Amino acid sequence: MQFSLGPVLYFWPKAQMLAFYREVADSDFDIVYLGETVCSKRRELKFDDYMAIAHMLREAGKQVCLSSMTLYESPGELRELRKYVDNGEFLVEANDVGAISMLQQQGLPFVAGAAINCYNQHTLRRLVSMGLTRWVMPVELSGQWLTEVLHQSIIADIRDCFRTEVFSFGHLPLAWSGRCFTARSENRSKDQCELCCINYPQGREVTSQDGTQVFVLNGIQTQSGQRYNLVNQLSTMQGQVDIVRLSPQLSGTFDWLAKFKANINGTAPQPLPATDSNGYWLNLAGMATG
Amino acid sequence: MELLCPAGSMPALKAAIEHGADAVYIGLKDDTNARHFAGLNFDEAKLKDAARYVHQHGKKLHVAINTFAHPNNYQRWQQAVDMAADAGADVLILADIAVLAYAAERYPKLERHLSVQASATNAAAIDFYRQFNISRVVLPRVLSMQQVRALARSCDIDLEVFAFGSLCIMAEGRCYLSSYMTGQSPNTAGACSPAAFVNWQDNNGTLESRLNGVLIDRFAPNETAGYPTLCKGRFTVGNDTYHALEEPTSLNTLDLLPELYAEGIKSLKIEGRQRSPAYVAQITKVWRAAIDAVMATPERFNVQPQWQQVLAGLSEGSQTTLGAYHRKWK
Repeated sequence: MQFSLGPVLYFWPKAQMLAFYREVADSDFDIVYLGETVCSKRRELKFDDYMAIAHMLREAGKQVCLSSMTLYESPGELRELRKYVDNGEFLVEANDVGAISMLQQQGLPFVAGAAINCYNQHTLRRLVSMGLTRWVMPVELSGQWLTEVLHQSIIADIRDCFRTEVFSFGHLPLAWSGRCFTARSENRSKDQCELCCINYPQGREVTSQDGTQVFVLNGIQTQSGQRYNLVNQLSTMQGQVDIVRLSPQLSGTFDWLAKFKANINGTAPQPLPATDSNGYWLNLAGMATG
Repeated sequence: MELLCPAGSMPALKAAIEHGADAVYIGLKDDTNARHFAGLNFDEAKLKDAARYVHQHGKKLHVAINTFAHPNNYQRWQQAVDMAADAGADVLILADIAVLAYAAERYPKLERHLSVQASATNAAAIDFYRQFNISRVVLPRVLSMQQVRALARSCDIDLEVFAFGSLCIMAEGRCYLSSYMTGQSPNTAGACSPAAFVNWQDNNGTLESRLNGVLIDRFAPNETAGYPTLCKGRFTVGNDTYHALEEPTSLNTLDLLPELYAEGIKSLKIEGRQRSPAYVAQITKVWRAAIDAVMATPERFNVQPQWQQVLAGLSEGSQTTLGAYHRKWK
């Protein structure tokens, strides 16, 4: 079982990003995903900056993968995607089928991110034939669902062609909109957002009127209010999950990696904070804890 | 320009045809479609009746099979395709890659439209789905008119847009908010904010709506209470309590009709398979009149006040919006 670090989903200033990835270079993560996946207006780091970080991480012994955006709406955004596809060195994570289309045309292998709608063995098989080498299943699916997909006979002869990865820690990316909710929360329109999400390095909390944290606003992305945390489910993942993904948090990411690694076999269970949930994996509502 | 109307039952389907729909879209009575609600939709016999009725009137029947197939029940999605083909459907509306591939291989002559649930918002995504020989793409409701225009001018494929009805504000097919709160999502269960999880409580005149226990909204006695669709609740962000994601409002693109027509948009889709036959009749009548007017004299098209009046009366919270088509909404 390997551990990956997902792309930073929030908008952090350049200096903070560079400092964070210096720490990542010294960390125990095996695989690192890099890139802006939420909003094309966030340009603290440009493509070349990400490539420089990618080189630094590779030299530090990490497997690096470039993550592309989830919601592409304009030709300009597709031109930026093209740069990721044509990077020439690193594997690319597709989070929109548009990226798969470009990668497939180049004959390049790809990772299908959690926002690619692959829900069954037949779709998975098609994607493998197009070049999929790693499958991050949609966040809303359970461990049981994953088992059901992987145990189908139609997958048997290609099971060695791809690895499976599960989003296992962090606020879950749950939706993407044409509208920017962070800008809306400041009474701004998206066109005049002034990149205000840089002021919310953990997103903005949304609570119900009786005080339950419901969502986190992260620009055009809506995340789960609860932090997803599968630290106590790792032993049940053995044999079907190859890579466990942790999503960068403002603090504590590396401490949690240590807790995850310590509990691979279930020998060092962690008390789950009340702000964490694991419902999706257990076939419950995502916000639930089982 | 086609007027494509929703039907969740035979009476609604007949109402749509009688009031001027060019085509009607329906779903089967299970979770293979994104409006899997109790008491709604068509079994095999009704599906055949629907096809017969629509064809007798020279119109077209589209069948939505647009959820994502489950690993242990994949055959059900295949059977849905078989059933629709067998009943004589003119079009399948599909989202799952595997189901698209199956339909393309098994029924190459049966027209395939890419469902909004496939979430194709850009030219590269549309290119991806061309391998399944789709003839039309239903665009998600996250694009501005400018972005729709760019796609219409750059993609050599028919486009269908949502013209009226409930407004999804997230990129459809990639929204898991409903399963986060209830365990059931449009992708997996064909439902958003399912009614089985809704609870209403009156607290001294204040009405509270909950979804699986989560407080979605509170309504003062003078307020109209709306269905607790989770993205349309009033929540608190910072010190403000407001509709953090979207107000209860309906999409209405009447004002954009000349532009949509000028860009060659092939079809206008009316949302609302869960609505009553009376609703479908009224909506269809207004849009028939509007489309006829724009096609007759596009340069002199004017939105009639009585059209807007009817549509406002049929809208969520009696409000309508241009949604993402208008940049300011974003």
